[in-house]
Amino acid sequence: MSQTLLISVFAAASLSGAFTEIGRDFERAHPGARVRLNFAGTPQLVAQLEQGATADVFASADERWMQHLSEGGRLTAPGETFARNRLVFIVPRTNPARIGRLQDLARPGVKLVIGAETVPVGHYGREMLAKLANSPGFGSDFARRALANVVSQEENVKAVLGKVQIGEADAGICYRSDVTAPVARYVRVLEIPDPANVVASYPIAVLAAGTQPDLARQFVTHVLSAEGQRVLAKHGLIPIGSRAP
Amino acid sequence: MSPGAAGLSRPASAVSESAFRWLAVAASAALLAFLALPFLGLLARVSPREFVARLADPAVLEALRLSLVTSGAAAVVILMLGTPLAWLLATREFRGKRLIEVLVDLPMVLPPTVAGFALLMAFGRLGIAGRSLDAFGIQLPFTTLGVVVAQVFMAAPFFVAPARAGFMGVDRRLLDAAATLRASEPFTFFRVVLPLARPALVAGVAMSGARALGEFGATITFAGNMPGSTQTMPLAVYVALQSDLDTAVVLSVLLLAMSFGLLLGLRAAPAGFLWNRPSAGSRGF
Repeated sequence: MSQTLLISVFAAASLSGAFTEIGRDFERAHPGARVRLNFAGTPQLVAQLEQGATADVFASADERWMQHLSEGGRLTAPGETFARNRLVFIVPRTNPARIGRLQDLARPGVKLVIGAETVPVGHYGREMLAKLANSPGFGSDFARRALANVVSQEENVKAVLGKVQIGEADAGICYRSDVTAPVARYVRVLEIPDPANVVASYPIAVLAAGTQPDLARQFVTHVLSAEGQRVLAKHGLIPIGSRAP
Repeated sequence: MSPGAAGLSRPASAVSESAFRWLAVAASAALLAFLALPFLGLLARVSPREFVARLADPAVLEALRLSLVTSGAAAVVILMLGTPLAWLLATREFRGKRLIEVLVDLPMVLPPTVAGFALLMAFGRLGIAGRSLDAFGIQLPFTTLGVVVAQVFMAAPFFVAPARAGFMGVDRRLLDAAATLRASEPFTFFRVVLPLARPALVAGVAMSGARALGEFGATITFAGNMPGSTQTMPLAVYVALQSDLDTAVVLSVLLLAMSFGLLLGLRAAPAGFLWNRPSAGSRGF
């Protein structure tokens, strides 16, 4: 009788759809292997790992936090970028603030929800607003006025989605990949022009404190394989083979 | 001879009395150590000097101010609205009383995130009651008022239960005496019942205030997380844990000290003020 080997994967909240499917595929391809997934905001996962949680694989939504773990000596090897993502604005289908174009987001009274500065989507979002402010047709105070509209700084990207889906917020900033079919029933997407968009890089690494380094390595290989990349693309992430937007 | 008496006269079982006592003490000690260790761990992380220095951090002060204001306001609302409810539950029998009791207890067992979501469905701007509020220009999500609403929802049961028990403990004979003297019900309530039930009401306010102070899940789900307007101390701890561990520790210790003080003050207060329990054997009314 074959023994069950369990690997624990800590992954950014924005990967929940893709990694759930990849985990199932991996289990099918490796009989006897079980993948336990833990999704949360990237900084929360890092805090868990630093406070002694054991995991085999870490998939981060930005390089900042992977670098942080690397400096703490918690990785077996540097993180490898396995996917990219881009930001979008979302508004509720009902569009209570009647937002027709991106410039409307800086109009006084619009309720904007973004990620907290510590969360990758919040960090990228602020960067993107600054880039928009330097884009033609936005005005240099666009970022300042948009940030003044922020009514909540959520602790992970899925919480941003929640506030917009319910229709409580007028707009939010999330990843393109977050707008899955169930979410799209409640929100409309406003695309951000390529020059101003910030491309999120997702690195993955095997953790030094893990108990199944071999299987963990195979999981990372699977994520980087054509099959893993296909699933990531299916969930709205940008595979590393293709060019960034 | 009744069957019960026969049971009582049976000789001591295999476990001797001293072993029984030791087991009880050992089990209690294990649980107490388990409860105390996390707090000790927290306290061990911070030196008193650093703690005081960091208290002056504007971010800490802002969260502290917001927490005190909101949980204080929540305690007042709960006292004003919860006292009549506790009084009615203690003194009246009516159809559907069981249902109301369950409704009042529900927030104690509900996951706070579910409570926050339910609050959005009720008082969000698209919620069943929120639409009317919105028409009057009242918005709760993303506002300090929304924080108070979430706290009241989660903390009210912690007041109603002890307050009700307090009212039930008031000696019925005193009320009969008041009635004999032709005191009206309002007069009796304010001059006889409230003073007698005061210890229970104070205990209930402290418990619910402490619960409101520690509220996290319903607040972040319903009111969001914004420094200065909705980021209370528990939310600030959560965010600081991801970025600034030292601030997280200071905020945690501060919360711990406040909750500890509130609950201890409740027990250490002058006996006459808090614990003048009605005479034993009195029936509820």
